[in-house]
Amino acid sequence: MDNVTGERLKVKRDSSWILDNIVTIIFVVFIVFGFIVSRGVSVNFFLNELTSRIFRNSFLVLSLIIPVLAGLGLNFGIVIGAMAGQIAIAIVRYFGLGGMSNLLLCFAIAFPFAALFGYFAGLLYNKTRGQEMIAGLIVGYFANGIYQFLFLFTVGKIIKVNPTHPMINPSGIGIRMTVDLVPVAEGGLKYALDNIAKIPFMWAVLIVAVSILALIIVKNLKSKNTKKDLMFFVNIALCILMIGISVFAIATNNSLMLVNEVPVVTALLIVALCVFNELIIKTKLGQDFRSVGQNQHIAEVQGINVDRTRIIATIMSTVLAAWGQIIFLQNMGTLNTYNAHTQIGMFSVASLLVGGASTSKANIKHAMIGTILFNAMFIMSPEIGQAMFGNALLGEYFRTFMVYGVIGLALGLYVWRQNKKLVNKLDE
Amino acid sequence: MTEIKENRNGFKDIVTKIGLPTLIIAAFWILTLVTAAFLDMSISTLLSDTIKRAGMNGILVLAMVPSIQSGTGPNFALPVGIVCGLLALVISIELGFVGIAWLLVSIALAIPIAVLAGYFYGKLLNAVKGSEMTIATYTGFSIVAFMCLIWLMVPFKNPKMGWFIGKGLRETIQLDSVGGAQLLNNFLEFKIGGVIIPTGLILVFLFFCLLMWLFTKSKTGLAITAGGMNPKFSIATGLDINKNRIIANIVSTVLAAIGIIVYSQSYGYAQLYNGPLMMAFSAVAAVLIGGATASRAKVSNVIIGVVLFQGLLTTALPVANEIFVGTDLSEIMRMVIQNGIILYALTQVKGGDK
Repeated sequence: MDNVTGERLKVKRDSSWILDNIVTIIFVVFIVFGFIVSRGVSVNFFLNELTSRIFRNSFLVLSLIIPVLAGLGLNFGIVIGAMAGQIAIAIVRYFGLGGMSNLLLCFAIAFPFAALFGYFAGLLYNKTRGQEMIAGLIVGYFANGIYQFLFLFTVGKIIKVNPTHPMINPSGIGIRMTVDLVPVAEGGLKYALDNIAKIPFMWAVLIVAVSILALIIVKNLKSKNTKKDLMFFVNIALCILMIGISVFAIATNNSLMLVNEVPVVTALLIVALCVFNELIIKTKLGQDFRSVGQNQHIAEVQGINVDRTRIIATIMSTVLAAWGQIIFLQNMGTLNTYNAHTQIGMFSVASLLVGGASTSKANIKHAMIGTILFNAMFIMSPEIGQAMFGNALLGEYFRTFMVYGVIGLALGLYVWRQNKKLVNKLDE
Repeated sequence: MTEIKENRNGFKDIVTKIGLPTLIIAAFWILTLVTAAFLDMSISTLLSDTIKRAGMNGILVLAMVPSIQSGTGPNFALPVGIVCGLLALVISIELGFVGIAWLLVSIALAIPIAVLAGYFYGKLLNAVKGSEMTIATYTGFSIVAFMCLIWLMVPFKNPKMGWFIGKGLRETIQLDSVGGAQLLNNFLEFKIGGVIIPTGLILVFLFFCLLMWLFTKSKTGLAITAGGMNPKFSIATGLDINKNRIIANIVSTVLAAIGIIVYSQSYGYAQLYNGPLMMAFSAVAAVLIGGATASRAKVSNVIIGVVLFQGLLTTALPVANEIFVGTDLSEIMRMVIQNGIILYALTQVKGGDK
């Protein structure tokens, strides 16, 4: 994979690099532009919003990587995983369970649901080969109908529930539009994960920057490749800059120290998923994902059960999405029963694409950079609308446009270039 | 023995000829109608509503035919055409037209805008062969989101469309303020045994169906069909497939633009902003229910599909509300049927290498 990219870079370096990263570039320019025009946004407000959003969404975005590896493209169907997560949350909330141990119970309950949903989605993707992405989108809409049937109708009509429970509609049928998840202290799930341990934001930046720096250097020492490209030095410079800023902030205790503290355990879970995504590539299963993703014919000939491998990839993605949604909801503190899951697929896919991923290539770096840039855009867009046109609503519409546009643009560019490559090959 | 076998084959033939989804939905619709009769509901009202809604949605569904025939799949970017129609419609109001003049000017304005948009959309689809459906969906979504900005910023002055305070257009524009509501529906409207027939609306729909049918039989139409069925062979015979795909999508976009104007006048309101966002999916579902596939569609599929789908939706709503009081099952049912049928069609798509 890396070799192919390298070779291509050698051939057409300049134009190719911009095209490869066009979506990322657009977002960076937009955010910088936002900072220039809207002076009303304080750094602390921005960082507060950004960090809480990153910790909320990263897990969901990371859940998209395995299907890309296995050649299924971007799994818009993680919406059904999110539904499984919400079913688990609803069950735990109904019985009034709370705290860390019951959040684990949520994870456990979500697992079989998500695995089952993922299995069905995988079967469907095997029947819609080549059209998995649109199938994933539609399957989300389809499942939403069944989900609403379950939550609005079955609960109370078929499944007996206590009609006076605060979760249940006054009529005794269906779950309310919004369900309060209640803080941990009052026996709920709100911040059950986030509040276990927290450290100051700047310390977190310091730790992350140091570990990334260490990772880059170790990787570089390991590889025989002595040729160092520009990005290597840029990355190192960025890390050192971040270390410098954080050390300075900690030493002088300036306003940056007032940024909200960050949740350690949530962060560790995100790191764990990153490690998991890396390690799985090295296992037999991960190698199968890769072979299937590169060419299903050849994989079949090599004796890999292609259909089964694709189903496993879908199940993994769905289960991870379910857990991601639980992490998301414990941070939100309320369950928007009928809306919380609907946008998850779209936003997560957009985040991944903004980070520079494509239909056939996605890694942790894409996911993390994408999550940061996407959420920065999300925060800045209304501010830009306000600053430039005196209308925050305009910024909100623009934000929606960016989400859809970015997915369309990234997917379109990918197919276009793929087709062009094919034509070139035929010409030769 | 042999006779029974033949009979079975005969039954199977009928099923394959009409299509399983069509039969299931038809049976379901009849079932809800019977239930409605048992519940003492007015069948004539239900049938009137069915006819009205079928006529309302008809042209939007018809827009699926050229794009499916050309091989680009169902036009999931229907909103591209829809926003063209809406734009023409509000421009016509802004220019001060009322009544039938408003309708004609709207359509006259919609056509050139839609031709232009359809041309670029066709170009786009030619660049992304193989993933048309996914890209089309997001093109449609993007256009709707982009037009939200336009609706909000457009400096129109007509008080019939603006907010009471601030700039921009309202989310729904009442068309009776320009004498545009149910214009076509009321033309030569009559009743048979309690069933209201909106003659004008039906005539317009059938007129466009006829045009579409003639188009598919024309030289260009046949070339488009050939290109959709077997691209390689068509190139070998010297057909310009890319050009034909563009023409087909221009026709589709124009039909969508006209379709939304007819839809809006019947509905009585023009829905801007996020109104058109999900409209493509119900149109796609309707043509599929009519027996089309993602690669073959006929005008007859449109007529059958739109009557069955809209019929089922109109009938199911009051029936479901009667049986299960206090729940909104019909919306849930719409979601499941609409997206279920699209998924079914996707599983029938050949292609994608294993």
